[in-house]
Amino acid sequence: MFPYEKYLRLDKFPHIWCTGCGCGIIMKAMLRAIEHSKIPKDSIALVSGIGCSSRTPGYVDFNTLHTTHGRAIAFATGLKLAKPELKIIVVSGDGDATAIGGNHFIHAARRNIDMTVIIYNNYIYGMTGGQASPTTPLGKKASTAPYGSIEPTFDISGLAIAAGATFVARSTCYHAVQIDKFIQKGLLKKGFSLIEVLSPCPIYYARPNREGTSVDMLRWYKENSIPIEVARKMSDTEKERKIITGILHNIERAEFCEEYRKLVKRVSKN
Amino acid sequence: MQKINRQDAKLMTGNEACAEAAIVAGMRFFAGYPITPSSEIAEVLSRRLPQEKGVFIQMEDELASMAAIIAASLTGVKSMTATSGPGFSLMQENIGYASMAEVPCVIVSVQRGGPSTGLPTLPSQADVMQSRWGTHGDHPIIVVTPSTVRETFDWTIKAFNFAERFRVPVVVLLDEIIAHITEKIIFPKEEEIKIIERKRTKETPETYLPYKYTDSDIPLFADFGSGYRYNVTGLSHDETGFPTNDPKKIDNLYRRLNQKIERYKNEIIEFKTEFLEDAEICVVAYGSSARSTYRAIRQTREAGIKVGIFQIFTIWPFPYEELAKVSHHIKKFIVPEMNLGQIAHEVSCATRCDVIKVNRVDGGLITPDEILERIKHVSV
Repeated sequence: MFPYEKYLRLDKFPHIWCTGCGCGIIMKAMLRAIEHSKIPKDSIALVSGIGCSSRTPGYVDFNTLHTTHGRAIAFATGLKLAKPELKIIVVSGDGDATAIGGNHFIHAARRNIDMTVIIYNNYIYGMTGGQASPTTPLGKKASTAPYGSIEPTFDISGLAIAAGATFVARSTCYHAVQIDKFIQKGLLKKGFSLIEVLSPCPIYYARPNREGTSVDMLRWYKENSIPIEVARKMSDTEKERKIITGILHNIERAEFCEEYRKLVKRVSKN
Repeated sequence: MQKINRQDAKLMTGNEACAEAAIVAGMRFFAGYPITPSSEIAEVLSRRLPQEKGVFIQMEDELASMAAIIAASLTGVKSMTATSGPGFSLMQENIGYASMAEVPCVIVSVQRGGPSTGLPTLPSQADVMQSRWGTHGDHPIIVVTPSTVRETFDWTIKAFNFAERFRVPVVVLLDEIIAHITEKIIFPKEEEIKIIERKRTKETPETYLPYKYTDSDIPLFADFGSGYRYNVTGLSHDETGFPTNDPKKIDNLYRRLNQKIERYKNEIIEFKTEFLEDAEICVVAYGSSARSTYRAIRQTREAGIKVGIFQIFTIWPFPYEELAKVSHHIKKFIVPEMNLGQIAHEVSCATRCDVIKVNRVDGGLITPDEILERIKHVSV
């Protein structure tokens, strides 16, 4: 049995997440990744914004910073620059990171500042009662899309790659073992790493869309996921509406804090 | 005349003095976004901070700038940003976060005309109320209003001292005139400069509570990420730093946050008076409007009119009691400001006297003549 208790603030339980929510699966995967990476608790700063995913920091025993809606990555940027020895993890949701916080998301990726961003993508605003998000699929219902969404969606991983992230991986809550492997790789990467995890919201997403229980959603993830290695050989029509999982992007590029340190060395007085 | 050591005298703009003063105060983290008429502060610091082994970063917007300086300050480094009206509006949510989480930081707003894009290159004093009430909820904040380049230097240092001592965001409210005017500045001697650091805890990480009540109402600080693993949130929280829905704890928090400025206001509030002893007319002024006022009252005194000035350096907390004290022998108050009367109302609340407003919102400065005319008109 994995020693989760070592990392949990047990007096903060029970948590606020609904039965069947994927947040706990991702939180546990993150803790396994941290344990396997052998990073001390004092060296980790966990930063979040607002939303279901963003309640994670309250339950885990690290330096934890619960900030304003959309701004977690901006806070994390200040934190990393001021104290570069900290290992920064940002937990965020699809709305928090790509709607209200979209600007900070792309600019942190562009700078390639060293942090690991884990996005819990549940296609919905859960905390506020199920409004449509930038990842609510076309035609799916939300409390603010009662006739089905007419908006095209963001591909969160694709957005990160295009903006300059150096490590990008996607997984789902069905692939629980895979998630922590990806997070661990992200933690080891010197640069901006993004791990997107599809996460079931059985209450506010599955219910109005008649997609069953959390178990049904996990089954749907299982049946519709295709590893990137396989997907590369498939046509666009074959890949339509499928979830491409795996390490999608892994490159080397100058990291922002290191570049800043070089600049200081060059111009400082002593 | 005072003998000036040329080493100590310099020609400088208000924006330059503000940036240099911040470095003297120990500021080593700046995050900002370009906006007229504040951009020179960022430009100076982009050159100076790397030299001082500090951090300068140009963020993607003002929301991010405010977020970055709060997080940096949590690690123990003195932090600031600089902006103007529209950018100041964008910072408001996170200024509330700094108030709530009690994170020391300094925000410089170089005022321009508004609302909206307004008058980017022309002076105004439009942010007086925004600086007090821009973020939602009852919250503590301190706002200072220098009127010369030297005062900008001194009050920027004092702003950091207030931020550190009371663990609050502090706003340095400049205006385009002071920001861009070039004046001779004689720097204070090093021994004349007082620098205050935030009080840090002596407890161990095992017993430390980030918001533990103290007799001073100001909790003791532990540098975030230095072995004290605590939680920081913008939610209503208790002494442990974790969210709470307990009405008693919530009430305690909000009352303490506001109390910690209210109870020390006598140590915060600063103002300057001239010719007030026998004055029948008092001009209440702040920022660049005070510059024109000094000239106007000196001229009218020569004409035999009994007029004085009450110059406010700390508009928030507002000097209600101090103004009330001087109001007994004053028949009329005149308040010149480059807005439609944001402080005039506070003056009438404080003094319960007639307040005559002298306002300009056309992008022009209030001239000594305009104040002089009003004084003469009132005195007859």
